[in-house]
Amino acid sequence: MALTDEEARELEKKAEAIRETVIRMLVAAGSGHTAGPLGLADIFAAFYFHILKHDPKNPDWEERDRLVLSNGHTVPVRYAAMAHSGYFPVEECLTLRKFGSRLQGHPERLRLPGLETTSGPLGEGLAQAAGMAYAFRMDGKSRDVVRPDRPDRPDIVSGRRTSRHVYCLMSDGEQNEGNTWEAALFAGKHKLSNLTAVLDRNNIQIDGMTEDVMPLEPLADKYRAFNWHVLEVDGHDIPAFIAAIDEAKAIYEKPTLVLAHTIPGKGVPDIEFDYRWHGKPPTKEEGKRFLKEIRTMGGKISGEYA
Amino acid sequence: MLNAHAKLSAKVFADDIERKPTRDGFGAGVVEAGRADARVVVLCADLAESTRAEQFEKEFPERFIEMGVAEQNMATAASGLAAAGKIPFIASYACFSPGRNYEQIRTTIALNRMPVKIMGMHAGVSVGPDGATHQMLEDLGMMRMLPGMTVIAPGDAEEARKAVVAAAKTDGPVYIRFGRAPTSVFTTSETPFSIGDALLLRSPPAAEKADVALLSTGALSYEALCAARALGRDGVSVIVLHVPTVKPLDEDAVLAAAARARRVVTVEEHQAAGGFGSAVAELLAARRPMPLLRLGVADQFGQSGEPQELLAHYGLDAPHIRAAALALISL
Repeated sequence: MALTDEEARELEKKAEAIRETVIRMLVAAGSGHTAGPLGLADIFAAFYFHILKHDPKNPDWEERDRLVLSNGHTVPVRYAAMAHSGYFPVEECLTLRKFGSRLQGHPERLRLPGLETTSGPLGEGLAQAAGMAYAFRMDGKSRDVVRPDRPDRPDIVSGRRTSRHVYCLMSDGEQNEGNTWEAALFAGKHKLSNLTAVLDRNNIQIDGMTEDVMPLEPLADKYRAFNWHVLEVDGHDIPAFIAAIDEAKAIYEKPTLVLAHTIPGKGVPDIEFDYRWHGKPPTKEEGKRFLKEIRTMGGKISGEYA
Repeated sequence: MLNAHAKLSAKVFADDIERKPTRDGFGAGVVEAGRADARVVVLCADLAESTRAEQFEKEFPERFIEMGVAEQNMATAASGLAAAGKIPFIASYACFSPGRNYEQIRTTIALNRMPVKIMGMHAGVSVGPDGATHQMLEDLGMMRMLPGMTVIAPGDAEEARKAVVAAAKTDGPVYIRFGRAPTSVFTTSETPFSIGDALLLRSPPAAEKADVALLSTGALSYEALCAARALGRDGVSVIVLHVPTVKPLDEDAVLAAAARARRVVTVEEHQAAGGFGSAVAELLAARRPMPLLRLGVADQFGQSGEPQELLAHYGLDAPHIRAAALALISL
């Protein structure tokens, strides 16, 4: 079901709000990762405000979809998306990385409901997601259920694969990890069509560009060789991303990888594509400037939403 | 004298005592656990026969998951299965699980508090001919360091069976280590077993202070019991406390045994540093400082050989335990 223009604009506004919150969080925390979370804001807006079957007031709802965040260092964007969708107050985001906070520097399932896993050490999410998908298939969790959050859209609950779909968000850097490929073999073997992986292809990792550190290309071909269905999409084009996820859910015979091409630092032209922003937060002054850039979308859009 | 409440095998010191590897207890126990609870699933890393996981595979093929030689994936996929409501048992050799996948276990199972049961086979030098690469001697230490991890080294195949059944019923992650070589089945189905409880095997009459308390874990508890019998003939009075649960340690039982003895010797088929003996040393240092000797492999790797000759070489069979106890007493 394609998005209407209005729905697409709403999601873009959500992404902008998420980016602003991410910048505020990182400035308040004084440490953390900037580029990845900004690059993922559009994808997280799509997940939390359109794709996921979830209930922010009941995070343990059994029939929810699972979103496993494998690259846990990007968690500020997840916290921001969760806050904006109603899991907890947006102000709590400013406790990120502080003593006593539920918002740990890397996500811990036991501290904050709705996280699904504890992550940060790379390469472990795809296997956990595959384990979940395998278990749900064993249990026959493919019956229709009503989405409590979208009573107005009976059309998107129809179909078997809408029940407890498992999503795994990965980084490209963690494609260096052997565990990722062990999991890819496993999911391919078992044709886990209730598993959709999203790979944030932003081409940077801590020590530089991915193709310099440890070349990954041809990445799509690698997953195809592991018996996955692969789709490529612009990770900042929300309607296109949602269409890719819809297509992934229509693939019965294989797990699907959505290779989402993103720009690290997206929304802040000063830092876009600069790998040096992978692992550091903005200073207070930089934060102010970045927020301004986000609000004007780097000048590409007028101040309509600012 | 032997503790009657332990209900040990009638053949405990007989030449024809039944001998089975403790891994057989995994095979039997996990089938029992699988019958009792449909949530139990077994993952295996290309070692279905030697881990005895094949017994579960035969009875519950739809709940057996072959992972291939991929222990990191086995641990992380098990975490995901547990998150989705399963009780996964993951079986491989201890050198590889938890040896290779330690960080996966730490992050996705222990920190994430998932009820994954880690079954480490072929622990200790008694693996034999395969040599040092396959003789895990660091697992108890690695696993007991993890917050929330239960760590068990069963004394024989029968106790191993009970430990596996109990692990399935326990919340949270559990590590159990098993041996490859046949060892004496000195307990019976009547012998009490609860996670966290030590088992007194032998003690002098109530009024008498023992010269030495042998505190042992795993299958070497049988060697300790045989050593105690020989020491008794030497005129030495001995307590033998079998401590299958390394964590949480049965502190009351360990302190009670220590209180009744002049000296303590710990016995384990593991590095002498970091494992069971260290756990006992930590407790006694804090609560009851006293002379303590830790028997284990002394900062070395294993090597090829027959199980019994390796145990003798590393000073862990009954004659060497006896000799070490005598030397300690004479100090």
